[in-house]
Amino acid sequence: MKQLELIIAGFGGQGILSAGRLLAYAGMLEGKNVSWLPSYGPEMRGGTANCSVVISDEPVGSPILDTANVLVVMNGPSLEKFEKSVVSGGLIISDSSLVEAKPKRTDVDFAGVPATQMASDMGNFTYANIIILGKLLAKTGIVSKESFEAALKKVLPPKKHHMIPDEMKALEMGHDY
Amino acid sequence: MAEKLLMKGNEVIAEAALRAGCRHYFGYPITPQTEVAHYMAKAMPKINGTFVQAESEVAAINMVYGAAAAGARVLTSSSSPGVSLKQEGISYIAGAELPAVMVNIVRCGPGLGGILPAQCDYFQSVKGGGHGDYKNVVLAPSSVQELYELTVEAFNISDKYRILTIILGDGMLGQMMEAVEFKDKEDIYQDDKKWACTGTKMERESNDVTSIYIQPEILENHNLKLQAKYKKIEENETRVETYNCENADIIVTAYGTVARIVKNVIKMAEKEGIKVGLIRPISLWPFPTAEFEKYAETPKAFLSVELSAGQMVEDVRLAVNGKRPVHFYGRMGGMVPSQKEVLDKIKEILNK
Repeated sequence: MKQLELIIAGFGGQGILSAGRLLAYAGMLEGKNVSWLPSYGPEMRGGTANCSVVISDEPVGSPILDTANVLVVMNGPSLEKFEKSVVSGGLIISDSSLVEAKPKRTDVDFAGVPATQMASDMGNFTYANIIILGKLLAKTGIVSKESFEAALKKVLPPKKHHMIPDEMKALEMGHDY
Repeated sequence: MAEKLLMKGNEVIAEAALRAGCRHYFGYPITPQTEVAHYMAKAMPKINGTFVQAESEVAAINMVYGAAAAGARVLTSSSSPGVSLKQEGISYIAGAELPAVMVNIVRCGPGLGGILPAQCDYFQSVKGGGHGDYKNVVLAPSSVQELYELTVEAFNISDKYRILTIILGDGMLGQMMEAVEFKDKEDIYQDDKKWACTGTKMERESNDVTSIYIQPEILENHNLKLQAKYKKIEENETRVETYNCENADIIVTAYGTVARIVKNVIKMAEKEGIKVGLIRPISLWPFPTAEFEKYAETPKAFLSVELSAGQMVEDVRLAVNGKRPVHFYGRMGGMVPSQKEVLDKIKEILNK
């Protein structure tokens, strides 16, 4: 994939914004142009959190995405809200342990990964976002696993660096699912 | 150059101000710029600086007046409704010729409006806003890297001319993360600020920082002095980026957020055989009139694209001076035009 235009959406607290930031950081470390934009507009409490990430060889025009070529959803309402934003031929990845519905669209690629279940089995449900990113890396190849690990080192504060091996394990699990 | 960092626009503004030697911040929180205050609240106590969350925007701008009068490098930041409240203080700062920097991360108006990106405060920033014959320098960054560079520059310009410099952005720039590379050391304009109120120690005459001049002859002379200063700034501090304008079919003009979108439109148009140029004013005041004069007869038409009902377009028309038609395309209320919308407008103008 030459240019990633990604929307990640879910509930607040699922690590939606940090997943996007990690991916953008990894892209930047590979020398690509990147942008990350959180939804800061009016949202209901308990509603969806989402962010847009662009990783590109070209300078990023608008970081606001009207359409995305990849959509990651970690709850049901997000699939409903953003399914129509995906371009034809694009990709939707869902956390199938939380999103029961499948996309209605037939012109897009779809992968369901029971990420929250897999993360809970690992003993830490907060790794669900990383498992999902593993699948995204496998499907798109937008950044390498090595760059992702380097991004973890940059983004996580040093006192959390001991978590990196588990985070990378989670990434691998999603990657190989 | 140090390593590239991925940082939020608002945080970069604060970091840039610190790097420029700003040690005093006064503000009042308002979305979408509150991260500037967050950053300063954390940073200032560690470096013996001052962070005050004032009781209102009115108080904050008057604290800026006080700190600037004492010769300090000082920053305040707000968003549109808050900046409206600051206007009286801004006029006093202009009258008293104080150097200071203000950030306006614009939201959509009028009134309380909404928090999404807008450029509807161009008139307020560039044409006045407060009372009196005065100007503020207005800089309009269009990337996170430029937020950094222009914030540092804003402090230098302010000190050099004793003027308020406004950084005019919007929620998209303030909220987005993008790569930024900080220099190891900033070029900081050095000025001994002999005019500042720092205490005479009974060793010199007192300095007065004031904007009150009751005698008409004296006040007129003060105004003439201000106008001469503004002319000098127009000559020295105009900033503009020009791209692809030679032989352009149409020249689009846009600043800040919108200029980013236009740059992608240029590529789309090229694939369809349309040559689109861009004049991107970086300083909105002083406005890059000369650049428009230079290309006034090059394209078939000009198009100003803004997140407003049409504000900068008036300055573009003045600069092009009737030599070519100047069209306008704008969105409001936090809506941002897509690349396709802009391209469609270009095609409509060129009858393609």
